[in-house]
Amino acid sequence: MITQGKAFKYPDNVDTDVIIPARYLNTPDAKELAQHCMEDIDKEFVKNVNAGDVIVAGWNFGCGSSREHAPLVIKTCGTGCVIAKSFARIFYRNAINIGLPILECEKAAEEIKAGDKIHVDFDTGIITDITTDKTYEAQPFPEFIQAIIQKGGLLAAIGEREPQ
Amino acid sequence: MAMTMTQKILAKHAGVDSVDAGQLINAKLDIVLGNDITTPVAIGEFCKAGFTDVFDKDRIAIVLDHFVPNKDIKSAEQSKTCRQFACHHCISHFYDVGKMGIEHALLPEAGVVTAGDCIIGADSHTCTYGALGAFSTGVGSTDMAAGMATGMAWFKVPAAIKIDITGKLPENCSGKDVILTIIGKLGVDGALYKSMEFTGEGIKNLSMDDRLCICNMAIEAGAKNGIFPVDDVTIQYLEGRSQRPYMIFSADEDAVYDEVIHVNLSEIVPTVSCPHLPSNTKAAANLHHIKIDQVVIGSCTNGRLEDMEAAYNILKGRQIAQGVRCIIIPGTMNILRECVQRGWYTAFIDAGAVVSTPTCGPCLGGYMGILAAKERCIATTNRNFVGRMGHVDSEVYLASPHTAAASALAGYITEYKED
Repeated sequence: MITQGKAFKYPDNVDTDVIIPARYLNTPDAKELAQHCMEDIDKEFVKNVNAGDVIVAGWNFGCGSSREHAPLVIKTCGTGCVIAKSFARIFYRNAINIGLPILECEKAAEEIKAGDKIHVDFDTGIITDITTDKTYEAQPFPEFIQAIIQKGGLLAAIGEREPQ
Repeated sequence: MAMTMTQKILAKHAGVDSVDAGQLINAKLDIVLGNDITTPVAIGEFCKAGFTDVFDKDRIAIVLDHFVPNKDIKSAEQSKTCRQFACHHCISHFYDVGKMGIEHALLPEAGVVTAGDCIIGADSHTCTYGALGAFSTGVGSTDMAAGMATGMAWFKVPAAIKIDITGKLPENCSGKDVILTIIGKLGVDGALYKSMEFTGEGIKNLSMDDRLCICNMAIEAGAKNGIFPVDDVTIQYLEGRSQRPYMIFSADEDAVYDEVIHVNLSEIVPTVSCPHLPSNTKAAANLHHIKIDQVVIGSCTNGRLEDMEAAYNILKGRQIAQGVRCIIIPGTMNILRECVQRGWYTAFIDAGAVVSTPTCGPCLGGYMGILAAKERCIATTNRNFVGRMGHVDSEVYLASPHTAAASALAGYITEYKED
């Protein structure tokens, strides 16, 4: 699986309140919610994002609320991947559960600039900045989590295994 | 292998003798929780995956608390979705308007959660129940759906930070000042993926309301959970309240911690988190004349009886400053009733405050106290991110009920000093 697109760059501690403000959480409809993705940190994001584009951020991406609406709107907007120095744990879990590809890579998150053209290969964890011709290797997921991703998310995965 | 308290609870629920930090386990759940924002998404996933039955109708809690009584048509539809699901599956712990409270104030009060439990909740502040000696952590809606269907969840066993507590809090401080101080030291990701294990001879001086507040905000340091040992304070709280028998777990003497932080309660001062991160803490005394437009006293962090009492003791017989709107939100219907019966409700109104029925409302910028551009609020809530309580150009300062109430009287941020 690969994604390719331009980079949107954000700082440390991007919280779920700016990813999808709670004032819009009166609906579970992903398409409706996605119109407000990143609204409180970047009003232009929704207008400029194209399928396959990549969000690149600093430490602790997705901190705050447990709202699954946050990874869901990022995915629904067409974002191909989020690369960050680290992820807040509930966001990390939610992203895997709903099938939003995420990668932890400190160097890539540091060096990639807004607008750079990025290619990501999820099978190898190799991130390529086509604009600067640099490559980076992301931390691979533990096998257990890879299995959830390969099966298409948590609920698809639990369908195949009996609770212990 | 020596284990922390969290690790022991997880080992027990995974049906194994011991676990190590970093190990992936599948654990049995005692309670699966959701609210009116996260449950509709979970119900959608539950149905989409083809599940028809919940694993145990007595082990699921659905609390309508974020946008109720419903603020608009869409939120009413979300509540209706929850209500219909709860009715269809005969969910015993379903709390609707009139019975509801803010989930993390309500479930401990109602004895739905107890010591030794393994709990997931589709709300990040589910970590609150660690105060009772439970493993409890926030997850998303898909995890809630899987939990409702199977009664199980996967976890990566967390490493731990030990927080060794000594001393006794000054009169004008509470659990809120303790946890804000700790978050100020650790940073908003200082405990990422880890458990925060509170221990030490000073914990006996922390009430259950203080402990619930402290564990509530463990997530603001990035932690997976916060947890207190079970002691006399816990037992006294659980007796006659816990709906199920509780189990007591304690950390091994030689358990391994990544880090030990020492907190002397006697040295805690009234603390405020300035915009826009909970870790941006300053002593209230060092914030000079920061004018405020609004005060909120309530939330899953500070909507409990001791919080209402602190507000009452400071506001009674006095007047809220001109130009300041003060909103007081008791966390549960029982707490609201106590406020009425004890005369606190009247004292709040006489002081110029408004009192709401339980709701998360303003804490997350839902309703019931939304800020306009450039407005500033001091709140006993838990997050002060950009736009958290309204306009992106508004500001939230986090503080204890003492500091919030004293600031309401002054019209600017100030610490509470007894006359």
